Amino acid sequence: MSTAVTTSAAAPPPPTASAGRSYRWLLIAVGFLAIVSSVRVISGANEIDSVGTLQAALIATCPILLAALGGIWAERAGIVNIGLEGQMILGTWGAAYFTYFYGPWVGLIGAGLLGLVGGILHAVATVTFGVDHIVSGVALNIIAAGAVAFLAEAYFRDLDGGGVRQLTGLPTPPKVEVPWLGDAAGELAAKHWFVVSDLAAVVAALTRNMSIMVYIVAALVALTWWVLWKTTFGLRLRSCGENPQAAETLGVNVYRFKYVAVIISGAFAGLGGYMLVLVSSSGFITGQTGGRGYIGLAAMIFGNWRPLGAAGASTMFGYTDAMQLRNAAAVHALLLLVAVLLFVFMLLRIRQGDRKNAVLFGAVGVGFLVWFLLSDEVPREFAGMTPYVATLLVLALGTQRLRMPAADGKPYRKGQAG
Amino acid sequence: MTRLRNIVVAIAAPVLAIVFALLVTSIVIQISGGSAMDFIEIIFSWPSDRLLVNITNQAVMIYLAALAAAVGFRMNLFNIGIEGQYRVAGYAAAVVAGAAILPGFLNVALAILAAIAVGAAWAGIAAVLRVTRGVSEVISTIMLNAIAVTLTGYLLHTYGIRKGDSRQTTAIPESSQVPGWNPFSEGSSEIWSLGLLAVIAGVAFWLVLNKTRFGFDLRATGQSETAAVASGVSTKKMTLIAMLISGGIAGLVWLPSLFGGAHYYGSTFQTGLGFTGIAVALLGRNRALPIAFAALLFAFLNAQSNRLTIEAGISVEVIQITQGVIVLAVVIAYELVRRYRVHAEERDAAEAQRPGSTSEEVPV
Repeated sequence: MSTAVTTSAAAPPPPTASAGRSYRWLLIAVGFLAIVSSVRVISGANEIDSVGTLQAALIATCPILLAALGGIWAERAGIVNIGLEGQMILGTWGAAYFTYFYGPWVGLIGAGLLGLVGGILHAVATVTFGVDHIVSGVALNIIAAGAVAFLAEAYFRDLDGGGVRQLTGLPTPPKVEVPWLGDAAGELAAKHWFVVSDLAAVVAALTRNMSIMVYIVAALVALTWWVLWKTTFGLRLRSCGENPQAAETLGVNVYRFKYVAVIISGAFAGLGGYMLVLVSSSGFITGQTGGRGYIGLAAMIFGNWRPLGAAGASTMFGYTDAMQLRNAAAVHALLLLVAVLLFVFMLLRIRQGDRKNAVLFGAVGVGFLVWFLLSDEVPREFAGMTPYVATLLVLALGTQRLRMPAADGKPYRKGQAG
Repeated sequence: MTRLRNIVVAIAAPVLAIVFALLVTSIVIQISGGSAMDFIEIIFSWPSDRLLVNITNQAVMIYLAALAAAVGFRMNLFNIGIEGQYRVAGYAAAVVAGAAILPGFLNVALAILAAIAVGAAWAGIAAVLRVTRGVSEVISTIMLNAIAVTLTGYLLHTYGIRKGDSRQTTAIPESSQVPGWNPFSEGSSEIWSLGLLAVIAGVAFWLVLNKTRFGFDLRATGQSETAAVASGVSTKKMTLIAMLISGGIAGLVWLPSLFGGAHYYGSTFQTGLGFTGIAVALLGRNRALPIAFAALLFAFLNAQSNRLTIEAGISVEVIQITQGVIVLAVVIAYELVRRYRVHAEERDAAEAQRPGSTSEEVPV
């Protein structure tokens, strides 16, 4: 039975492809590192990949990535989850409340549970009652924002370090410190050598006083990929997002899979709220998510509904998010980086014979290059705009290569197959 | 008979949703140590004269935002970007009106046109991306909302006049301010005259959608894209036009406040109307008249909730729970009614074939 689903829903890659693919990924990673390093040396903006910048970027990435992973779970099962923002908001409250009373690990579970409650609400509305997914998500976000603001005032007002809109002084999850490696890499990174120091900075960022949550998030990326693409459960779940009628005829309980997917999705978004409260900042504050749930949704699309792609896209958001808070000169150097990357894409397109898009990439690339050459710094506000403009640009330039699950967002009723 | 049933359903569903939402909110308040009785009492008390004026003004702005959302929704376009569109349009209108190029009311007209144009242009970015590159308007408008905040922040910071800690645009000259009207003998609060824009927009919305070829095409595209394409409608063109209209209406949202009370863009700018508008459009099923009632309801709830903190020690935000649950409950109610109807039709058809047979139980 499951082999039939395999052929209809998603053909597995031929066995030899995976080795070639990982080799290609390595090549891309090295190439990217070389480009970043060149830009750093040319512009002299060492801040663009200093250890501090990278750590800030990683920490800013995690909440967005968790939301994106949540989005993947839901949308792979065919449910659009705009409610990620609301589930994340619920997660921030759960994180603060449970951490305050029971410590950071119970807080982690609490945040996940609160997000999960949001997921259940969305699942009931969209799966059982067939409400439009966007409508349900919008309503959920309103409810969550109101509920958390209200609950914060009701429960945090009289606590130590609490107020009507905040709760600070919470214990945080432990940090990872690799004794010898971290320091050695840090010293090497400070030498600003071409490529070597850049690689060392990455190692140092991961091994020096880094929150354990970053590792947990990385593990969740791997887990999501493994469950969704390597298990029967995942295959069935994805079949509900590609062709629920076909899945139904093969005996898959589509409602149940959609429920499970949306609930897991909510829990992931809730964990994103936990990251925000305990790792990215020093406590809970009302309105903390600031649209990161939506950004996570964008990262998921931009990552082509895949965990690794979402990780890459989230890193871009996290990086620009961290960058704008650091220094303006480094943001200016980013213009050059963007221009170079656009030219690389242009060359790739030319090789594929896609002339129309190549011209588009080239034109936008020249625009960024001219901007870089003619200006000395980027206004602070513009730096804050980067992730959003980048998303629009990437979606505009690359959307033809993206493919969402075929039945994503479509209503499904049991017994209407055929 | 069916007509009567339709009317009953159309009224019963929202009323039940409101009751259910108030119940949920009361339970949340009671559980977290507040007094649900106080909440209900305050919500249902008659507002003061000043609040009544306030409710009218807020309802007008929410109504415009909801109309903007409804234009898109009617053809399955999700313009989540009203928030950003009315922000850039509000800023543009304030700058144009503040520059006072034309005298008196001509200046007002120019500013209104500028607001429509800028709002439409901002929505147009999303429309063009959708039509030419296939980018989902949900994502692009969310991004454009964020960009609008930083862009207006940057412009205000760079070109605005410093006033204390914040910055603002040049105030509108007195000759171009649009005075309001106070229906009560006491108090100084006024109903903004530019609220008439909402009435005009509402009537135009109804006429265009229900009485023109364009409106028919738009609704047809929303209900069945394939059928619309088959009958010769260019969906790309419709998407573009609907999005521009939506953005244009969104551009009007803040104008009554700008000309009636605020007089400049700065700390006076009111955020959040766009998202409220989306919820209100959903509650009013994207129809011109029901949306008006929904806008009044939301404005009423908002105004009443402001008294919760002072009089009962309950957080203002609790009203968002009520509003969100109303929206969710009402769409669920409509969906259940729709399913019941489909089922009833099937049953009627079955009974017509086999007279005397007993019908099965209706699962909901």
